[in-house]
Amino acid sequence: MDDRRAARAAARRRRDRRGAAIATVSTVVLVALVVWLVGSTPGWPDVRETFFSWDAFSTSFPDVLEGFWLDVRLFVIVEIAVLIVGLVVALVRTTTSPALFPLRAFAAAYVDVFRGVPVILLVYLVGFGVPALAFEGAPSDPVLLGGIALTLSYTAYVAEVYRAGIDSVHGSQRQAALAVGLTERQAMRHVILPQAVRRVIPPLLNDFISLQKDVALVAILGPLEAFRVAQIQAASDFNYTPLLAAALLYLCVTIPMARVVDVVQRRSRTA
Amino acid sequence: MSAPVIEVRGVTKAYGDKPVLRGIDLAVEEHRAIALIGASGSGKSTLLRCIDLLDEIDDGDVLLDGEVVTDPSVRPDRVRRRLGMVFQGYNLFPHLTVLENVVLAPRRVHGTSREEAEARALELLGRFGLADRAADRPDRLSGGQQQRVAIVRALATGPRALLLDEVTSALDPELVGEVLNLVRDLKADGMTMILATHEMSFAAEVADEICFLHDGLIVERGRPEQIFEAPEREETRRFLRRLLEAKRL
Repeated sequence: MDDRRAARAAARRRRDRRGAAIATVSTVVLVALVVWLVGSTPGWPDVRETFFSWDAFSTSFPDVLEGFWLDVRLFVIVEIAVLIVGLVVALVRTTTSPALFPLRAFAAAYVDVFRGVPVILLVYLVGFGVPALAFEGAPSDPVLLGGIALTLSYTAYVAEVYRAGIDSVHGSQRQAALAVGLTERQAMRHVILPQAVRRVIPPLLNDFISLQKDVALVAILGPLEAFRVAQIQAASDFNYTPLLAAALLYLCVTIPMARVVDVVQRRSRTA
Repeated sequence: MSAPVIEVRGVTKAYGDKPVLRGIDLAVEEHRAIALIGASGSGKSTLLRCIDLLDEIDDGDVLLDGEVVTDPSVRPDRVRRRLGMVFQGYNLFPHLTVLENVVLAPRRVHGTSREEAEARALELLGRFGLADRAADRPDRLSGGQQQRVAIVRALATGPRALLLDEVTSALDPELVGEVLNLVRDLKADGMTMILATHEMSFAAEVADEICFLHDGLIVERGRPEQIFEAPEREETRRFLRRLLEAKRL
């Protein structure tokens, strides 16, 4: 009995070791193959010089990093704005009162329009259109305008994520909340929304990953964020390495965020 | 004599063009328990939901302590807070602990302070053997425990009457007893109740009056011994005979 258990454990260990060995070997072989294939292309020496120049990297990196700090501040603020405005839009869409019909229609149209327009177009339209209106107090700061464009677009997505979460809470929960005497609004606030928000955290974080990349679109309005800085340096030195530096910086925030999504998703599945 | 706690007068209700209640009259005096029996689809649950204003009635009136509560000018949340409802599927709030489930309505609806609401909730939970589960989430509890918490939640606001909608139907057989014991205790305390149930022997024991529903009508009503031992209507006899054949009586 004990012998057999020990034998089974030994067999399991052998299987695990063999699996790890096979995975290592196949990875090494594949990476070596790709490196060799790319390295043997006729253009590789030029590409290495224009995209992977250590000199260009180290001289441009401080400026690109400084530009990236603007990206970070921008996406943090836009994320907060999107979380709040998106929730308001979603809640407006769940109301049923006839008096609120115009608001509801507006919210529905808002989602349709801003989800349907490419983000880059919105950045152009808001960034150049709003200042052109020239009304009193019209914002002219390109960062602010770009932030508004991103907020408009992402709010539409996030409002739909919230709404899906609210719809996913079973009707019996609303019934039970009403049965203990809560009003419809209290039922939403204390019973339905807390459950809905918990369920939509992984999709919300996913949207934030794409937002963290899309802040680079603000570059077309001129502010010196990471992509814009890299572009300027690349143009002046005829070397594209600064763009690679910018790409690495974006990855530094999006990859950890992706791992956070994985963890949250796993946790919500076991909970 | 004072008005019945709950009175139902000529209530009709249809889902689409399918009539579910076809003229129900019912009165529940204080401290009395009425059991609604009948086949699935006979209208028991719908009647309870209409009394708690969770479904809108088409015609007739529901009165609570003599007040017509189905008048459109009456705010439904003001009525529901005076009644306790317990569902077949427990419907506890999964994101809240047992204690939070119980104190939600006292705190948000009745404005009771947190200390007072929690003290009262713990006392109720303790009385029904649930004090040690107060900090747990509902999904850590057995079905029987969840349903007992649901009953405590309904009791926490001191309702005028309790509406129990097949509270043991979703439970494993070995867990039915603990919930029925609780209901028995409530009856002994003088709680006014309407219970829709498939547990005939329990209905016979705890109810002062049995109403047999068939096709949206109360076709026969009376003392338990009369309904179960000497039913007068053919529909009632047929229903009881089928239960007997299924060894459920």
